[in-house]
Amino acid sequence: MTATAPAPAARKPVEPGAEPPPPERASVSRWIPAVVIVAVWIVVYFLTEGTDTLALPGVARTDLHDRLTEFNNDLLASRDTNPIMQFTNSISDLLRSVFEWVQRMVVVPNPPRPVPEIGWLGVVAIATYVGLVIANWRIALLVCLSFLSFGVLGFWQDSLDLLIVTGISVAIVILLGMPLAVLVGTSARANRVITVVLDLMQTMPTFVYLLPVVLFFGIGVSAAVVSTIIYALPPLVRIAGFGIREVPTTTIEATDSAGQTYWQRLFKVQLPMARKTIIVGLNQTTLAALSMATLAAFVNGPGLGKPVLAGLRINDVGAAFVPGVLIVVMAVMLDRTTTAASERSEKVARGGGGNVRQRRILLAAGGVGTLVAVYLSRTYIGLAEFPVYTIGDKVATAVNDVMDWVTSTFGGITGAFKDYVTEWLLNPMQSLLAESPWYVSFIGIASLALVFGGARAFVSALVCLTGIWFFDLWHDAMITLTMTLVATVLVMILALVFGVWMARDRKVDLGIRPLLDAGQTIPPFVYLIPVLALFGPSRFTAIVAGVVYAAPAAIKLVADGVKGVSPTTIEAGRSTGQTTWQEITKVQLPMAKGSLVLATNQGLLYVLSMTVIGGLVGAGALGYDVVYGFSRSEAWGKGLAAGITIVLLGVMLDRITRAAADVRRDDGAGPRRAFHTRLPIGFPGDRKVVET
Amino acid sequence: MRTARSRAARLGAVAAVATLALSACGGGSIDEQTKANESQAAEGGGECGDLSMAVNPWVGYEASAYVVGTVAEQELGCSVEYKELKEDVSWQGFGTGEVDVVIEDWGHPDLEKKFFAEQGDGTATDFGPQGNVGIIGWYVPPWLAEENPDITDWENLNDYAQDFATSESDGKGQFLGADPSYVQFDEAIVSNLDLDFKVVFSGSEAASIEAFRKAEENKEFLIGYFYEPQYFMAEVPLVKVALPPYEEGCQDDPQDVACDYPETELKKIVSTEWSESDSTAVDLVQNFTWTNEDQNVVAGYIASDGMSPEDAAAKWVDENQDKVDAWLG
Repeated sequence: MTATAPAPAARKPVEPGAEPPPPERASVSRWIPAVVIVAVWIVVYFLTEGTDTLALPGVARTDLHDRLTEFNNDLLASRDTNPIMQFTNSISDLLRSVFEWVQRMVVVPNPPRPVPEIGWLGVVAIATYVGLVIANWRIALLVCLSFLSFGVLGFWQDSLDLLIVTGISVAIVILLGMPLAVLVGTSARANRVITVVLDLMQTMPTFVYLLPVVLFFGIGVSAAVVSTIIYALPPLVRIAGFGIREVPTTTIEATDSAGQTYWQRLFKVQLPMARKTIIVGLNQTTLAALSMATLAAFVNGPGLGKPVLAGLRINDVGAAFVPGVLIVVMAVMLDRTTTAASERSEKVARGGGGNVRQRRILLAAGGVGTLVAVYLSRTYIGLAEFPVYTIGDKVATAVNDVMDWVTSTFGGITGAFKDYVTEWLLNPMQSLLAESPWYVSFIGIASLALVFGGARAFVSALVCLTGIWFFDLWHDAMITLTMTLVATVLVMILALVFGVWMARDRKVDLGIRPLLDAGQTIPPFVYLIPVLALFGPSRFTAIVAGVVYAAPAAIKLVADGVKGVSPTTIEAGRSTGQTTWQEITKVQLPMAKGSLVLATNQGLLYVLSMTVIGGLVGAGALGYDVVYGFSRSEAWGKGLAAGITIVLLGVMLDRITRAAADVRRDDGAGPRRAFHTRLPIGFPGDRKVVET
Repeated sequence: MRTARSRAARLGAVAAVATLALSACGGGSIDEQTKANESQAAEGGGECGDLSMAVNPWVGYEASAYVVGTVAEQELGCSVEYKELKEDVSWQGFGTGEVDVVIEDWGHPDLEKKFFAEQGDGTATDFGPQGNVGIIGWYVPPWLAEENPDITDWENLNDYAQDFATSESDGKGQFLGADPSYVQFDEAIVSNLDLDFKVVFSGSEAASIEAFRKAEENKEFLIGYFYEPQYFMAEVPLVKVALPPYEEGCQDDPQDVACDYPETELKKIVSTEWSESDSTAVDLVQNFTWTNEDQNVVAGYIASDGMSPEDAAAKWVDENQDKVDAWLG
C-alpha cells in the first residue's frame, strides 16, 4: 500500500455528521481544522504504527472481564435463595400459563379435545372481524389474507405463537410504559434520567442480557416476553412522552385556570390531545416487538424465529426465507391495522365515520358470519386443523434456485468489489483508527468531536472514549467503529441516490417502498447465508448486512426530506433555467439538510445495531466478543464489556452527529427524539414520519 | 356518543350469542375424538411422564435428540418437549427442572465446574458416553488436498501461506476460526508453531460451512477449524491436516498449545433430579449409544433431504429396530 493511500479514505471518519457536506460556509470552516487533525494523525500513525494498540486475541479475556463474569456466576449460585429471583420466577410462571391458555384456545389441542377450542377457520374469521370493527373492510381483507398466508405457507402454529407473544409483550409494555411516558412528558428531570436508561435498553445487544434474563425468568416464553419488553418499551415511552410534552402550554393554562386537578389535566387534556402520537408510539413498539422474534428463539422462545433458526442450522436460505417473509407480512398487517384504527377513531371522535346505518348492517352481518365460522371450526376437524399445503416448500426451493443462480453468476464481481472496498477504504481507515496507539486515536477522535460538535460533543466523546478504554476492548472497538463508518458512508450514498430519485418520481417511490419495508423488517438471519455465499466470512460481509438493514431507513428519511422542499422554491429555480443537476445539488439537497443529518444519525445507529450480526459472519471485533460471551459462560463478562462498549460507541456517534447538525439544544425533546427512531413502514401520504 | 353506545351494545349482544353458540356446539368428528381421548386418559398413561430434551443448535445434535425422543414417545409413551437452546442455557435449565437431558456434550469444563456435584451445585450428572466420537482439527477442502498432497502436513503450511491470504488476513495466510461456542486454541497453535497465518473467526457454523462450500466450488485456498460428525462432511468431505499429535496435558495451558485436538468422547449430561426419578426414560437415555455413521445418516435426512427432524428420526428408528431394542433393554 502506498503512503498516500490512507489519506482520501481517512477523511471519511472525519465527517460522520455531514455526509455529504452541504455547500455552506459554516461547514467549510470546520473542514480546515479537521483536515489538519487528520493529517497530523496520519503522520503520527506512520511513526508509531502497531504500538500500544491494546489488541486482545479473539478468545482471550482480561481480569476485568473475569470479574464481570463472576457477577453472573454469583447470581447463578444464589438462584435457590435469591428473593428477587423467587419473585421473578413466579411472574414467569404466570406469563407461561397465560400464554399456554391462549395457545389452547386458538392453536394447540386443548386436551381431551384433539384440536384447540377455536379452529383455524374461527380464528381467521375473528381476526378479520376485528379488522372490520376497528378499521374498515380493506383492513379486514388484509388481515384475512395475512392469516391465510400463515397457514398456507405452512407456519400456522409458529405465526400464532408469535402473535400471542407479541400481544402479551405489548400489553405489558403499555402497562409499564404509559406511566413512564407521562413522567417523561411532564418532568424534565425524569426525562433526562429515563432517556439514558432507554438509550441503554435500545443499544445494548440482546445477546448480552439473554443469559441473565433466562436466569431470572427461565427458558422459553417468559424469557421471550421479557426480552421483547426490554427492547420494545423505549419507543412507546419516547414517542408518547414526546406527544404529551408537545400539548400546547396555552391549552393547559387555559384549562388550569378552570381549576382542574392534576389527574383531570392528565386524563381530560394531556392524554386525549396526545392520543395520535401515543398511537404512533404503540405502532412502533409493536414493530420493535416483532423484530425480537428471532433472537427470542435462541432461548426457545416460541414463534416464527424458530423455523428461521432451523433453516440457518442447515444453511438452507429458502427454509429460513419463508418464515422470515411471514414476519414481514405480520408486521405490515399490524402496522396498517393500528394506523387505520387510529385514523378511524379520530374520524369517529370528530363525528365522521361514514354512513352509520350501512356500517351497522355490515358489522351485524360480519358478526353472524364470524359466529358461524367459529361454530364450524369447533365441529369439523378439517376446519380446525389447518390443511397442509406444499406451496411453502415450493417457494423455499424456488428461493434456493434463485440464490444459487445469483451466487454463481455474481460471485466473481462481488468478490472483486469486496476486495476493492476493503483495500481502499476499510483497511486504511482501520489502520489509522486501530493500529495507532490508543492514546493517539483517543486524542484524534476527541479533537474531531470538538471541531464538528463543539464543547458538548467533546465532553460526550471524552466520557465515552474513557469508558471504552476502561472496558479493555479498545482495539476491537476501533475496528467496529471503522466498519460502522464505512457502512454508513455506503448507506448515505444509497440514501442520496434512491432518496432523491424517489422524491422526484412518485412511481419509483411506489415501487421501492415495499422493498424498503421488507428490508427493515425481515430478520437479518434470513439473509446471512446469501451474503456469506457472495462475500465469504469477512468484515465487508458484515458491512453489507448493516447496509441492507440501515439503508431503508436512511433512504426514506432523505426521500421524505427532499419531498418536503417547497415546490415554489423549485419552481423559482426552474424559471431561471437551472438544470436538473443544479436543482438537486443547489436547491433540494441543501434545503433538506436537516433530513440528511437525521438520516446519517439513524444510519450510524442502525448499522451499529447490526454489529452482533457482523460477528456471526466473520467480522470479528465487538460483535464476535458479544457472541463469544453468549456462547460460553466463562466469557460472559467479555460479552458484557463488548455490549457496553457498543452502547458507548452509539452514544458517542449520536451526540457528535447531533451536535454537528447544530440541532437546537434548548428544547430537551427535540434532539432526543432523533435517537433511534424506528421509521413507520408504509406509503407516503399514509402518514407522516414519526419524528415530525 | 350514540354510535359508541350502540356499538358497545351490539358487541355485548354478539358476545352473548357467541357464548350460546359455543356451549351448544356439538356433533362431528371432533366430539368423537374427544371422547376417545377421554377414555384413553382414564386408562392411565405410561410411567414415563414428561421429558424435556434440550436441542443444541447443530444438526448432529438434533439427530441424536430426536431419535431418543422418538423412541421415548413411541415405545415408552413419554410426552417429549424439545427445547432449542445453546449449551450454557441448557445446563442452567437442569437446576430449574426445565431441561432433563443434554444428549451430546462436547466437553465444557467451565459448566462442569459449576453444575457437577464435585465442585458445583450438583444439578447436573454425567450419564456416560453416547457413542459418537468428536474429531476436531484443521481441515482443507478436498480439491486442495488432492492437488497439493503435502498441504495436509502442518510443516508445509508456511509454503502456501500466501495462497491462503484474503482481504481479512493482513497479508498473512488466513486461518478460519470457528463459531465461538467451540473450544479453540488456534491462535496459540499458529503462534507456537511459527505459522505465518492469522486467525479470522467465522463467528458461526453457518459462516464456516458456507466458506468451505464456496472454496470447494471455486477451487479457492481455505484452511479452518472443523469437526466431525458433521452432516456437511457428506457433501464436501474435508481433509484433515496433521498437527503435532495430541499428548496428555499438551492443551492444559491455553497459551502454550502447540498440538492437535484430542478425540472427544461425546457424553450425555442429565438433570440429577430427573435421573433419580422413576421415569422409564431414564434407562433409555442411560442405554442410548450409537455411532458416528448412525448419526450422519439421520443428520443427512435432515440437512440434505430436507426432512423434519421428527420424520428423519422416525425413519431411522423404523429401519434400525434392533439397535432401538438394545437401548430398551
